[in-house]
Amino acid sequence: MSSRNKILTVVAENQPRTAPFPEFEFLDAECIYSSETFINVLTGIGGTVIPVETMIEIQNYIFQNFNQGPRTVTNIPALSNVAELMHQSSTSPHALSDVDYAVIDTRLAVAENGAVWVTEKGLSDRVLPFICQHLAVVLNAGDIVSNMHAAYEVINADDYGYGTFIAGPSKTADIEQSLVLGAHGPKSMTVFLMM
Amino acid sequence: MKTTDKDHAALANEFNKDAPRVDWHDETLWWVRQKRDNAVKKIPGWEELREAGSQIKNNVLANLSGYLKQFEANAQANGVHVHWAIDAKEHNEIVLELLQSNGVKKIVKSKSMLTEECNLNEYLNLNGVDVIDTDLGEFIVQLANEHPSHIVLPCIHKKKEEIGELFHQHLGTPAGNADPVFLTETARRHLRETFLTRKAALTGVNFAVAETGEFVVCTNEGNADMGAHLADIHIASMGIEKIIPKRKHLGVFLRVLARSATGQPVTTYSSHFKTPRPGASTHIVIVDNGRSKQLGREDFRNSLKCIRCGACMNTCPVYRRSGGHSYNNAIAGPIGSILAPNLDMKKHADLPFASTLCGSCTNVCPVKIDIHDQLYKWRQVIVKSGHAPVPKKAAMGAMTRVLSSPVSYKVAGKLGRLMMKRAPFAVNNQFNPWYKQRELPVVPENSFGEWYKKNRNNKPKDI
Repeated sequence: MSSRNKILTVVAENQPRTAPFPEFEFLDAECIYSSETFINVLTGIGGTVIPVETMIEIQNYIFQNFNQGPRTVTNIPALSNVAELMHQSSTSPHALSDVDYAVIDTRLAVAENGAVWVTEKGLSDRVLPFICQHLAVVLNAGDIVSNMHAAYEVINADDYGYGTFIAGPSKTADIEQSLVLGAHGPKSMTVFLMM
Repeated sequence: MKTTDKDHAALANEFNKDAPRVDWHDETLWWVRQKRDNAVKKIPGWEELREAGSQIKNNVLANLSGYLKQFEANAQANGVHVHWAIDAKEHNEIVLELLQSNGVKKIVKSKSMLTEECNLNEYLNLNGVDVIDTDLGEFIVQLANEHPSHIVLPCIHKKKEEIGELFHQHLGTPAGNADPVFLTETARRHLRETFLTRKAALTGVNFAVAETGEFVVCTNEGNADMGAHLADIHIASMGIEKIIPKRKHLGVFLRVLARSATGQPVTTYSSHFKTPRPGASTHIVIVDNGRSKQLGREDFRNSLKCIRCGACMNTCPVYRRSGGHSYNNAIAGPIGSILAPNLDMKKHADLPFASTLCGSCTNVCPVKIDIHDQLYKWRQVIVKSGHAPVPKKAAMGAMTRVLSSPVSYKVAGKLGRLMMKRAPFAVNNQFNPWYKQRELPVVPENSFGEWYKKNRNNKPKDI
């Protein structure tokens, strides 16, 4: 008998008889979260939120502030005058190793934990939001949901090969619990919040 | 993983030789526990969330074989290769075979307690494969040639000066520089080069969704994603208990995991891997290694609900004051002490006794595992199976004889009081563990029985 069948046989023999499929409803109870909560939480975990009203404001911000390194890339056509526009899977992921700033967009964010949801659609490569030195995300305030349960309601309506919640810059506290921003992923995360 | 024959008490003794360091370790972990409390208090309905997490996991255990099959079918439909390993040995062989057939001699690995449990690094090294652990804490313990002492904070036992010295020796940083920002930046630069040159990446799995065949990996550093997205082959190792029924259940677990672990609202990255990256391949190794046996132990099966947050360790007064290495098991602390005896009861017979049974672990567990009850139950199983340590058995035997006879109880009490009065050195010495860091109380003149006999007569009988 294969290991697979051996394992499945023993599991079937040993598993407890029944446990009901849990039903729960957290959606209504916690609709107290707002874009203000999102801003506070993301700021609290090391992110920066820049409220904006037009793409031109974002262009100006990028032009004025994202100048610590030569390479700024984006998947947003409206920003192609201030950043290199990426095309779907046009390069090997390794070719992104010199990206200083990546500006990407998202359609979903979560107020309770400051996370934005990013899928590979629209990213030139899955590694982009990790390999860049600094990450920026464009988000419509109307796309912020209250909590993770509400987020999965939205996520379940779509399909993806890869998707990730990103909440702030990469970080570690492995050395004596001292928080350091910029472990292996980006050292900073900026969210342009379209009001 | 059992690297020494010393038991928990002996290893804890070694850890306790440096009292200021023990205090520091204790306070650091208690601080993490307090961060957890602060995060939890901000969530209305936290207890309902714990209850939901617990019920989902109960449902998983009761339907595990079906969910495993469903997960396998969906993962395969997503283009992911699924492998099954009955034990640690088979897991390691599968990983090695995958690497060898692709001509890979160097890999990056993000945190996976399962690969620690399987001793994968040692096995791969013996077979000519170089493994770099990329989680900063694991990278540090790997440089020190040690194992993680905590499942979430692998090098919580190390002082920054020691880490600075390790970096000085291995990475050529200036001697004496122990600045966490500087050291983290050094590791970042060093490992970036490694990420860019490795053809295979190994990760753990936090949750595997039966409904969709996707799996979720949570990190703060971004190391799992950096490894997986740059490599040609992504191997993900998971225990059979990592299954959850539906994607929407991630909403519950991602809300409780990081809050319980470190007090963060969520880990920086919660990555959902469903299909392989175009041009790359993904392999999942589903590992049993004793879990199906634990599933059959009615009193202990709940331990399989664990989501590896580490909250029980941070709150445990014994863990905080004995250090993770004293448990001599890949997973330390209260949860490790109920998982380890399943793998080898004789080898790990000491662990269920490394607890005060205070119940704090049970109170903080985000999926409501009855940890302290299980510790108590393991003690009974271990003693009945004849695996209790000899001195403990002898002491318990003597106690049984004394307590079962009123006469011998009274005589023993008298002798004890006499001894403490006339020859205090007989108990106040280093051979008596109860005398360590304690002063014994003043000896009472008589026992309660004697006192009662005397004083009862002073009172009218009809009251």
